[in-house]
Order: sequence, then structure tokens, then C-alpha cells
Amino acid sequence: MSRFSPKVVTANDLRLGDVIYLTADDLWTRQHHLAELIEDEAHAQLRLLHAAGQQTEVVGAYLADAKAGPMGPEPIHFREVFRTRGPSNYAHGKQVDLQNV
Amino acid sequence: MYSYSDFDEAFVRNRVAQFTDQISRRLDGSLTEDEFRPLRLMNGLYLQLHAYMLRVAIPYGTLSPRQMHALADIAQTYDKGYGHFTTRQNIQFNWPKLPEVPAILSALADVEMHAIQTSGNTVRNVTADHFAGAAADEIEDPRPYAELLRQWSSDHPEFQFLPRKFKIAVTGSPNDRAVTRAHDIGLRMQRNAAGEVGFEVIAGGGLGRTPMLGFVIRPFLPVEDLLAYVEAVLSVYNTLGRRDNKYKARIKITVHETGREEITRMVEARFAEIKPQFGGADQALLADIRAAFAPPKFRTAPTIGYEAARSKDPIFRAWADTNLAPHRHPDYAIVTVSIKAHGQTPGDATAAQMHRLADLAAAYGHSDLRISHEQNVILPHVHKSDLAALHAGLSEAGLATANVGLISDIIACPGMDYCALATARSIPVAQDIALRFDALKLEHDIGPLKIKISGCINACGHHHIGHIGILGLDRAGVESYQITLGGDGSQDAVIGEKTGPGFAYDQIVPAIERIVLAYLGLRLAQDETFLQTYQRLGIAPFKAALYPPEAVDDAA
Repeated sequence: MSRFSPKVVTANDLRLGDVIYLTADDLWTRQHHLAELIEDEAHAQLRLLHAAGQQTEVVGAYLADAKAGPMGPEPIHFREVFRTRGPSNYAHGKQVDLQNV
Repeated sequence: MYSYSDFDEAFVRNRVAQFTDQISRRLDGSLTEDEFRPLRLMNGLYLQLHAYMLRVAIPYGTLSPRQMHALADIAQTYDKGYGHFTTRQNIQFNWPKLPEVPAILSALADVEMHAIQTSGNTVRNVTADHFAGAAADEIEDPRPYAELLRQWSSDHPEFQFLPRKFKIAVTGSPNDRAVTRAHDIGLRMQRNAAGEVGFEVIAGGGLGRTPMLGFVIRPFLPVEDLLAYVEAVLSVYNTLGRRDNKYKARIKITVHETGREEITRMVEARFAEIKPQFGGADQALLADIRAAFAPPKFRTAPTIGYEAARSKDPIFRAWADTNLAPHRHPDYAIVTVSIKAHGQTPGDATAAQMHRLADLAAAYGHSDLRISHEQNVILPHVHKSDLAALHAGLSEAGLATANVGLISDIIACPGMDYCALATARSIPVAQDIALRFDALKLEHDIGPLKIKISGCINACGHHHIGHIGILGLDRAGVESYQITLGGDGSQDAVIGEKTGPGFAYDQIVPAIERIVLAYLGLRLAQDETFLQTYQRLGIAPFKAALYPPEAVDDAA
């Protein structure tokens, strides 16, 4: 049996459309490293169900691979890295928005 | 240009009200995302990587200054101060917020615009030659036919749930600037032996994961049969198209699986059946539409100022040599405004630039603007005596880049900087190629060369028909770029040939440089273009330059 690779629950905010992550205390954060790093497959499915049920807040929740880092979970795939910061052609999105948080 | 009738106005306003209500019901939880998604897509609203994206239709790429001002205002008020012109002559806003979409759609309706059928399995925005009504080589302005098709296909009850999206392009010129052979239906205006105008109808073209050039399904269709015939093609496709597999659902696959002869037979049979039902109403409508596309009142004035400016100002001369095309009126020119300043995002214009373009079109361009599928803006009717003043006005707004048709005039889809479907980035690759060749100061020496970049296999960046095509893929969690050579989107359309293994993100610009330097060494004379050299020699010498033996040894 293949080992479960850790995950975070991520989605887009219904109103703003921006990228959000589920925290361990059931809140949504804009910052990847504050997300809950889920290391158990059954727990991951429960957390995804919990997220998918929040129809008036989030869109398109899914599980994304992540790994533990010094500040908290870090993305693995480059697509998820881009989602943590925004486009590369302008200083738009999280790479500037989060500086004001 | 065409102005909305009372019917059009009411239709668009009703749709804004309907979608506004649907957004409210989504926000209050009455609609789930599964219920809302098809509704928002019917209205051009996507959810992308970092935000929503609203795709606004620019029918056959034609805009008035008033509309361009409105797009600029929307960019400023509801977005981050810019808009992105697409490879299907539309504009996309990359950062709308869901609760503000109704206000955007109302602002669009105020200037006779909307986002209807810019997504979903419907007939999409009908595209046309961006030089329509101005080109020296044109038989007739194709836009009245495009407008007729737009009215017919908008909310057409039979074609709201096609097997897959459906794209139509139309050109009135033998030099095909509308890529008709890569569309589900391509319409190329022709004259028959009797001198009558009709269309060569091409069907079954398309790029994407299975690139195919269309075939001629009807060599000469009288213009009065246009709607009935296009409806017959749609009708047959709607019946046969593969709804079971979205990757086999485009008409190109239907043609492939059914056979050209059988499809042609079925279309002709259906055409014979429905033609009598049209009864001439479409022709009455077409006559009205034609009147709306009457050419502007061309000005009679000396053009001496143009020649004087050319000889006095080398920057103006370089721009004129690159960015002007012959107009049917000898005292006029067609101006292509490059939205590809070196290092900038292809097709992105700021609100200030859009306002400037609108003002310049009003002052010098008979109030006519076009968006090209190559992501530039066209002023189709500029008197030659106004070109120097126009150039000065463009320069002040950073819009006077003299690179149209050259290596930095790159088509690029939004790629993984914005698009949820993308597998790799395309914008920074385009930026880096443009900056590199600008630094090498080789652009004008290289001459005509079309680079087209897509960030996934869906090929919005038309990479298959780029002289050099670049396709960004995800190879085991790393961005990888596959190169094709020898593609061509003109009347002599060709799908490019893959060179071999792909290149990493930091290796793609050096790879393109090796290809281009090889071309410079191989061409017989300075006026032999990249494409001509490729056609003369084939892919072998370019592959040799791209994959030098020592690199292969190192890899092995």
C-alpha cells in the first residue's frame, strides 16, 4: 500500500475568487503556512467533506499535496506554489495583498 | 458600425437582470456551485487560479471609441487597471469580484456589449479579418456576414447545448488573416467565374490536443445561402457530435470519424431541407446590417506631410515600415498598434492606454478600432497625413513599439499565471524572448517571424500554427516546453512539426535563440524569411542546432 502524502485543503473564496486554505480550527486563511497539514487519509477526506459543505463561502475545494516546513505547510507542485503568491507578470494577488495582512 | 436594435437592447438588459438574480441566489446560498457554474459560464464568468475572470465578447473584433473608453473604465473601477485582449478578439478582465459582476455587465450593456456565449458549448464570438473593410486585397467587408451570424447564433435555441464549443471565422480577403482553416467553420470569400460573391466553406478545423486543418465542404456558397448552410452544418454536428467524450466532441473529430464525403452528403441533405424555411427574412436583415457597415467618408487631403515625416524622423520611419499595411484607399493606411512592448504581457493594455487608443481613433481613425487575434489593436482607417501625429500620440502612451510581425510580436495565452487549465506559464516565456532579442538587436534583421505560445494542450496561444510554436506542459511536476516548427496560420495553413524532447523553463529562451541563430546562418538572402528557409530545408538543420551532439552526449 502506498504511503499517504500529506495534504492541505484549498479552495477559492466565493466572493473574491482568491485562494484560501482550511486551518485546523475550521477557519479559512489566505496563507498556505497557516493551513492544517493533514497526514492521515481518512482525516483528509473528512476535512474535504467539511470544506465542500461550506457552499456559501468557498468554491471548488480539493486536497493539494504539501509538506512540513519551518513556518508550516509548504506547497509541493509548482501550480500550488503559484497559487500561494499570484501571477509572475505583475505584483498582483497574494504576493502584495498579504503584505497588508 | 452596427448599433443595437430595441430587440438587442432588451435581450442584453434582460440577461443582465437574469444573471444578476442568479448571482444573488448564489451568494445567499439558494444556488449551489454545481447549479451556478453552468449559469455563470453562459455569461462568460470563469473561476481561474487567483480570481474570477470575465470574458467580454468583441464581435468580430470591432470596437467604437465609446466602447473602448467603457472597457477602460471597467478596468479602472472593477479590475486592477488593465484588460487582456485575447487570441479570439475578445477582452478578459482577470480580477472581478463576484458581487461586482452585475455592475460590470450593466456598464457593458450601456455601450452595447456583453459576455454572453463567451464560454460554454455554444457558438462563440464570430471572428473576422481585423483589416476588414480597409484591406487593399479585400473582395468585400466580411463583417456584415459576421454580424448576421452573431444575431442568428445568439441564444439560438437549437445550439445552446452543442457537444462542444463552436468557433466560426470569416475573411473577405484571399490573404487569410483570420486563420479560417483552424476553425470549426471557416468562411473565405470568393468570386466565381460569373463574378458573383460567395464563400468557400471550410469545416472541421481546430487546434487543441488534436490539431487539424479544416477541409473544403462547399467550394462556393452563394452569400444568400449563408445562414441556412451554416445551420445545416451545426445541425448535423449537433446530432453526430460525441457528447460521451469531451476530448472527441469537437466537429473536427466528427468529420474524422464520419468521413468527409458522408458529412458533406448529410450537410447538403439538411441544407436542402431547411433552406426553404428561411424565406428571405435573413436577407432583409442582412441588407439592414450592410448599411450599418458602410465605409467611412474618406478624406481628400494631401499626403505630403507623411513623406516629410518619414524622411525627417527615423523612429517614425521604422514604425511606419513595420506597423502599417496597405489600405484600399491610396491616401490611407491601416495602423497596427503593437500591444507587445518588449517585456510587457502580450495583449495587456492599461486603462490609460485604452483611453488613449479611443481618443486617437476618434481624432485620426474615423472612430473605428479593431482587436486582432494576434492581440494587437488596429486603427483601420488613418489618413497618411495624420500618421505622424498619431505616432506621437501613441508614443506618449507607450504604444509605439515598432515590432508588428517580428519576433517579439508574440501571441501568448494567459498560461499558468492566470488560467486554471494551464499546465505551465506562457507569459514570462514571451516576455523573456522579447527582451532577449531586443537586447541582441537582431529583431529587424531576423524579419517576419511568428512565435506563438500556449500554456496547455488546448492551444489558446495557437502554437501549432506558429512559425515557432511553444507548448508548455507539466512533466513530472516541472514546467517543460515543447517546440514545433514550420506552422503557418495563413491561407497556406500548416500544422507545425515537433522538434523532439522539451526544454525546462530556464532553457526555453536559449533554445529559441539557437533556432533563430541557425536560421540567420542558413538563409540564402536577407529577404528569405524564417518560414521560407524552413520550407526549403526542412526540420533537420534546426534540430541539429537545437540538440547539439555534445548536449545529447551529456544527457546520455
